[in-house]
Amino acid sequence: MEPRRSPRTVIDPKVRQVGFFAPGAPPERSVSVPPAPIVSSSSSSPPVSDLSPSGNSLSPVMIPPPRHSSADNALLPSPSPSRPVPASPLRRDSLTTAAGRSYSKPSDFFPAMSLTASSSYAGRMVGNAEFSADLRGNTVKVVPTASSFPSGGFDLTAVKASSVPATGLTTVSVVKMMPPGITVYDPEIIVEKVGGSVEVQNDRPERSKPLKEKTSKAERRALQEAQRAAKAEGSKVPASSGAVMGANAKPIKATKPHSQKNDSATVAGSEKRGGDRLSEKDRKKDAPHPRMQYDDKIRVEKAKRRAVVKQTEAKNRVELFRHLPQYEHGTQLPDLESKFFQLDPVHPAVYKVGLQYLSGSISGGNARCIAMLEAFREAIKDYSTPSEKTLSRDLTAKISSYVSFLIECRPLSISMGNAIRFLKSCIAKVPLTLSESEAKASLQSDVEHFINEKIILADNVIVNHAVTKIRDGDVLLTYGSSSAVEMILLHAHELGKQFRVVVVDSRPKLEGKLLLRRLVGKGLSCTYTNINAISYIMREVTQVFLGASSVLSNGTVYSRVGTACVAMVAHEFRVPVLVCCEAYKFHERVQLDSICSNELGDPDVISEVPGRDDINYLDGLTNSENLQLLNLIYDVTPSDYVSMIVTDYGMVPPTSVPVIVREYRREHVWV
Amino acid sequence: MWRRSASFILDQRIQHDAASTSKPETLSLSPPQTEASHMAASVEPFNQNPNPKISAYYQTRAAHTGVVTPDWLAQAQAAVGRQTEDLPSPEPDLKESDSGKSFSVIKEFDNWRKQPDLAEAVAAIRALAAVIRVSEATTMMELEIELKKASDSLKSWDTTSISLTAGCDLFMRYVTRTSALEYEDFNSARSRLIERAEKFGEISYKARRIIAMLSQDFIFDGCTILVHGFSRVVLEVLKTAAQNKKLFRVLCTEGRPDRTGLRLSNELAKLDVPVKLLIDSAVAYSMDEIDMVFVGADGVVESGGIINMMGTYQIALVAHSMNKPVYVAAESYKFARLYPLDQKDMAPALRPIDFGVPIPSKVEVETSARDYTPPQYLTLLFTDLGVLSPSVVSDELIQLYL
Repeated sequence: MEPRRSPRTVIDPKVRQVGFFAPGAPPERSVSVPPAPIVSSSSSSPPVSDLSPSGNSLSPVMIPPPRHSSADNALLPSPSPSRPVPASPLRRDSLTTAAGRSYSKPSDFFPAMSLTASSSYAGRMVGNAEFSADLRGNTVKVVPTASSFPSGGFDLTAVKASSVPATGLTTVSVVKMMPPGITVYDPEIIVEKVGGSVEVQNDRPERSKPLKEKTSKAERRALQEAQRAAKAEGSKVPASSGAVMGANAKPIKATKPHSQKNDSATVAGSEKRGGDRLSEKDRKKDAPHPRMQYDDKIRVEKAKRRAVVKQTEAKNRVELFRHLPQYEHGTQLPDLESKFFQLDPVHPAVYKVGLQYLSGSISGGNARCIAMLEAFREAIKDYSTPSEKTLSRDLTAKISSYVSFLIECRPLSISMGNAIRFLKSCIAKVPLTLSESEAKASLQSDVEHFINEKIILADNVIVNHAVTKIRDGDVLLTYGSSSAVEMILLHAHELGKQFRVVVVDSRPKLEGKLLLRRLVGKGLSCTYTNINAISYIMREVTQVFLGASSVLSNGTVYSRVGTACVAMVAHEFRVPVLVCCEAYKFHERVQLDSICSNELGDPDVISEVPGRDDINYLDGLTNSENLQLLNLIYDVTPSDYVSMIVTDYGMVPPTSVPVIVREYRREHVWV
Repeated sequence: MWRRSASFILDQRIQHDAASTSKPETLSLSPPQTEASHMAASVEPFNQNPNPKISAYYQTRAAHTGVVTPDWLAQAQAAVGRQTEDLPSPEPDLKESDSGKSFSVIKEFDNWRKQPDLAEAVAAIRALAAVIRVSEATTMMELEIELKKASDSLKSWDTTSISLTAGCDLFMRYVTRTSALEYEDFNSARSRLIERAEKFGEISYKARRIIAMLSQDFIFDGCTILVHGFSRVVLEVLKTAAQNKKLFRVLCTEGRPDRTGLRLSNELAKLDVPVKLLIDSAVAYSMDEIDMVFVGADGVVESGGIINMMGTYQIALVAHSMNKPVYVAAESYKFARLYPLDQKDMAPALRPIDFGVPIPSKVEVETSARDYTPPQYLTLLFTDLGVLSPSVVSDELIQLYL
């Protein structure tokens, strides 16, 4: 993993080149070189000072499309269909145009990037030395996006030849497709406006799509020729730069695909050119993707610059989990607190909740979700629509910006994602005829309804169902601290059932102690043990009650780490496992392992035991290169180990989760 | 279920040989007249189960399908302590007009129940239809409340019968869905409900035919089928297979304690199907030569597992460990919103067991009449909704009841 990542990271994307191709301009013709098959090591990155001259309008970016020339018109403006859209509740809904979507998502595909793509642009830079800086600026930003085009398994040699002709066209169309809302707030971007692009910008909103067809045949032809010429020129370069190649020790043959990938990269680069239209409000929309791949350094960099919360990334992460965010904990609180009064975009209530997430004073799926919804309700109460805006659009953007702030504090849970999706669909459904105050009132009551119906009432129903399964003489085992399970146990005790509780707990959170305290306080007879003793204690248990952060469509239970272990042991001992989960936490995603989506906690808490100086063997080792600490928060339990899911729609087998999602999600969340 | 069903198969079939169909209209719409010998005029209140110790459901089953030995009868009667049969209510259509007050839904149900070919759920729905007929309600709401009361008393009268509970629930569900709003006046809604209830017997018969049709694809020439206990649906399946000139062999378990297997082997012998009788404990011994297991079900629960006569679970376990398919034939009105976690997680259904010799009083006897087979040991369920895998049961139930 490391070797393929490093080349990209060498170059810091400081320059955002706004290349726009004006057909027929002679200088561009010579300059717009389609990448020549060159390879060079990434170390040959040009000096940073060599930025493109600000007044220079002759710096086009030639963008041969990634695929057949025939298909690129259809493909490029809307690449999204070719990608599986992650069913994330936080997808930028406001950016509905195809280009908009394509911008926000490439990160999902980033891991598919290969070494070749990243090294190719370097080679290209060497090829055209004078424009290297500009090109670099573009390419670097873009590389991840390039991988999102399904060009991986393509016959690249063939494509390259065919793809050249249409390049100019593609450039134009892509640029014009840019919806006005897409911006990258990036202070470091140096925006350049080529004559042509300025014009386009002005009228972009009106004519987004039709323009792309307007490129005349003659224009296309001109482009084509320009490229051929450039190519002929470029092909000479490799000979000279061949020496540099040594660093990578790459056969020339392998470079063919580069140019192709590089080209597609540049296409995407021009998409990002939208960054020249930044404003405060657009920034809000431009939140990090909720499931951003954190091993993608470039995106992380970008997200960081945008971020309100300055989290420091932990350096030494476990290889398999690099795509997940992991931060040094405990450093950012004072910073954030001091920012409290300067940050206007974030509502104070949301800010407070975010801080609570950060400090860990609110934890647990339901508690976090309720806190978030309450904060949003506050925010809606204080909200007023700016002039010349519609409530539904602007409020959605606002909520999105809050959500991105919350994500920065702590990654969203699936239940929160569902709640946000609900809220957004409510906002979208607000009739335009309503006055602002009425709309706000209805939204607030919607939020309240959600909290009452989907969480509080649902918990009551779950308790009533689950209690019927508790018989006298039972020994119930629970793991960690689940609010639903606690309510079940207390209610069963109130009903006078005679049973015993085994609370199983684990380091580092030891949440079970809190549950234990409350249960013992109510007079239940309890046993407390750590998860190490699970196989011993399971012998005497008659039922296992577990909470869940989410239940996924294949019946997989996504829950506090350790749950899978408990469920597996229980299954092995033929003890029924009951998972108590509100239906609003169900998600249509399918997950097979706990790697691809998870959360990493503070690694320090597992390396040291507070108050036990005698066993702090790892003192001074935590920064060692050879030590990687993994503190996972969640794991997934396969549905085989789950006997029953107790939900507000009754007691169902895990195979029925998709049925409930199908039957009930539509009416509540989707329009 | 009221909704879609695979009845098109039947309809096609009927069209195909329209001439030869002589649809047995054995289901008379009036309650059967029980023998006069039982007309002991005991007028005790019928509102509660005469003997909660013994499952009425399994007693009826034994009476219908078991080979009852005289000593068992004696024991059963001793356990019950009185004549189980009671005054049969005469034709409700006649009676309701003059003595509407004395009507009891349980009595009604009990009469219907005694008809051997009538499923328990159908009997329950017939009884509820009688409630509608007798009812003096003038609005849909009143009628609904009255029906609710009747169905609750029915359910509590025999908590062990799953198909009774399911039948009541099903009908109540239908009533609430057929609100009077759809019909202009109350009377048409009411007559519609009654009509529906009357039809239900037919539906239940049809369901059996559909299941028999659907299962034919699974019975191949030369196969050996193990059958446990007596089930009307399974008998229908095997009968159809025999009529289709399939060559197969059946192994029947004895089905202790009421020996329902003997009855089944008797019926099969009449059809010239080669039958072999096993004692219940010989299942594992003969599992080698078996190609598939066919069982009926008293109830199909939410998990997709079944509740059936005692011994089904161990047959399923043995079949599973030897990789033999276990097929369940069950009408969809046996689907119940129950979710037992293990064997003890059900209302106990007890019945007397005859061991042939007196049992010392110190010895405890397991008298449970049924067990629960978890879904992972079942291969397929043949229902009138089609051939389902166990996990689809919950899907159907959710769609029906939620």
